[in-house]
Amino acid sequence: MSVDLALIVAIGVLVACGTTLVLERSLSRILVGFVLLSNGVNLFFIVASGPPGAAPIVGASDERMADPLPQAMALTAIVITLGVTAFGLALAYRTWQLEGHDDVQDDVEDALVIRRAERDDTSASFDEVDASLPEEEGADLPRVEDDVTQEPDGGPR
Amino acid sequence: MNHLASQLVLVPVIVPLLGAGLCLAFGRSARAQRIISILTLTIVVVAASALLWRADQFGPQAVNVGGWPADLGISLVADRLSALLLVVSTIVTLTVLLYSFGQGIVEFGRDTPLSVFHPTFLVLSAGVSAAFLSADLFNLFVGFEILLAASYVLITLGGTEARVRAGTIYVIVSLISSVLFLISIAAVYAATGTVNLAALPERIAALPEPLQLVLQLMLLLTFSIKAAVFPLSAWLPDSYPTAPAPVTAVFAGLLTKVGIYAIIRVQTTVFPEQPLRTLLLTAAILTMVVGILGAVAQSDIKRLLSFTLVSHIGYMLFGIALASEAGYAGAIFYVVHHITVQTALFLVAGLIEYRSGTTQLDRLGGLARAAPVLALLFFIPAMNLAGIPPFSGFLGKLALIQAGTEAGDWLAYTGVAAGLATSLLTLYAVAKAWNRAFWQPRDENIENDVPSTGALHPGHRTMTEDKVLRLPRGMALPTLALVTFSVALTVAAGPLVGVSQRAAAELVDRTPYIDAVLGDVP
Repeated sequence: MSVDLALIVAIGVLVACGTTLVLERSLSRILVGFVLLSNGVNLFFIVASGPPGAAPIVGASDERMADPLPQAMALTAIVITLGVTAFGLALAYRTWQLEGHDDVQDDVEDALVIRRAERDDTSASFDEVDASLPEEEGADLPRVEDDVTQEPDGGPR
Repeated sequence: MNHLASQLVLVPVIVPLLGAGLCLAFGRSARAQRIISILTLTIVVVAASALLWRADQFGPQAVNVGGWPADLGISLVADRLSALLLVVSTIVTLTVLLYSFGQGIVEFGRDTPLSVFHPTFLVLSAGVSAAFLSADLFNLFVGFEILLAASYVLITLGGTEARVRAGTIYVIVSLISSVLFLISIAAVYAATGTVNLAALPERIAALPEPLQLVLQLMLLLTFSIKAAVFPLSAWLPDSYPTAPAPVTAVFAGLLTKVGIYAIIRVQTTVFPEQPLRTLLLTAAILTMVVGILGAVAQSDIKRLLSFTLVSHIGYMLFGIALASEAGYAGAIFYVVHHITVQTALFLVAGLIEYRSGTTQLDRLGGLARAAPVLALLFFIPAMNLAGIPPFSGFLGKLALIQAGTEAGDWLAYTGVAAGLATSLLTLYAVAKAWNRAFWQPRDENIENDVPSTGALHPGHRTMTEDKVLRLPRGMALPTLALVTFSVALTVAAGPLVGVSQRAAAELVDRTPYIDAVLGDVP
């Protein structure tokens, strides 16, 4: 199968840029990355369809026709990308409304578990049957909450 | 083959989409929405049951949509595996729908229409059906996208801070997996010139082996993200627990199983040679063990359940990785069992949250005395999940362990040992939840702190005292129905194991599926 070099280079650039952007923290950059990635993949479908040819309409031309199936797939993929990107933008806007930025946050409860491990504390699910340390439990709980409420502002950027 | 009857295959995809449209049109009337949604899903349950009966009696039911030949157009096929999963998933979806009515009435009043929820829920159901039925990779992708797009909306429902945060993780992971899926499809098409699952086996077999391996790895990678196979599972416990209870329940029951279904389908039909057996077995063992260790460390019932979900995906993958007929049969039985039980447990978690305003184990207690029905509803599926005899969880694990010992190599025996250890640890995790939430008296010191869980789960309303006392019937009855259904799976285990074994035999044989798709020229 002969392949158009320009297409391959274009796919490489698009996918490389897309991957870099997807690894960012900000949701809007991730979305731009996703769009670039999708466009790269759509071009890949064109490569997959083989050598170029006439428009795939039966009877329109005597030349060899291009393979229409990957084109149909690429069109479907474009439509889906459009819809999903719109949703992602709405999500980014909502995050910005709520938190003043659109960075993707780490999970709060994960952070909680990690903090407990750093304090060398037992996990909150530890079964303390005789509860002989009431003052430690009482002192512990509000502090955990404080950490949690601060998390959205103090979280990693 | 009766051509008209096989048109039933279209019903589970088309009817929910029509229902979703009608639901949107009648968005102002809560009553009309309820009637349309129930009617739609009831039709789908009936059609799916009829399909299962026909697929079991007469072989796979295939339709080429639009009359195009199979390797050009879109084919929908229901063989025993697809039809069985379709029946279970639609029954579970219907139950969750009823539960969501109960919750909607309790939280927003009888006449407030949930204008977005019901149409989206039906679209999700259509997407799941399309994924189970489609006979080509690209249509499988479209099915995935339909259910994913619906799930994006459902997981961020209400747009609160916690849900947007959790939803963002989910959306991004799903986007990446979709891109990977598209790349795999394009690569498969470039290599073979078709994406039809029935036409692929012959053409794949003609390819050089390294290329086969690359294609297989790419597809498995994509589906493993969807199925939450370790190490691609980290997104699941972060994103599921914050969504509303019915949404989490239906996600936990269905979405990961669609990934597992895709792995079974591709592994059996397209790549019958198993060069990746060691890799898959290792992934299965790690998924079981790492998942359940995560569950043991959790202090929130919903998160604990999310980790058991990841862990038990390992069981199904173990059955698939064994690549024997017994292994596939065990995996199929386990999928059916797990869809039911995991959904039931998440519905119960929703009831606990309603009853106590939290699912944090630290803040729960004394529920066995305060709400004995709730205790029973939690206890039965929890023991079922852990695999206590005689429940279906035990039977499923037994079937997988038998398949493992049959294989007889050391990796399979390691898998059997991991399965047994995971079963014990699951028992430990759910027993701990049971002890703290139901048996142990509530800790009076933290009684007043209850509303502050809002910091972790904002968007969940804390109920006032007088409402808390009774379980709302609209939520409890569907949960009871689902728990009864899970027990019924134990009672009807004989026929169910029979269908699973016949489905596995059909998968290993491959020719019925291929003939049904390619031979059915309209």
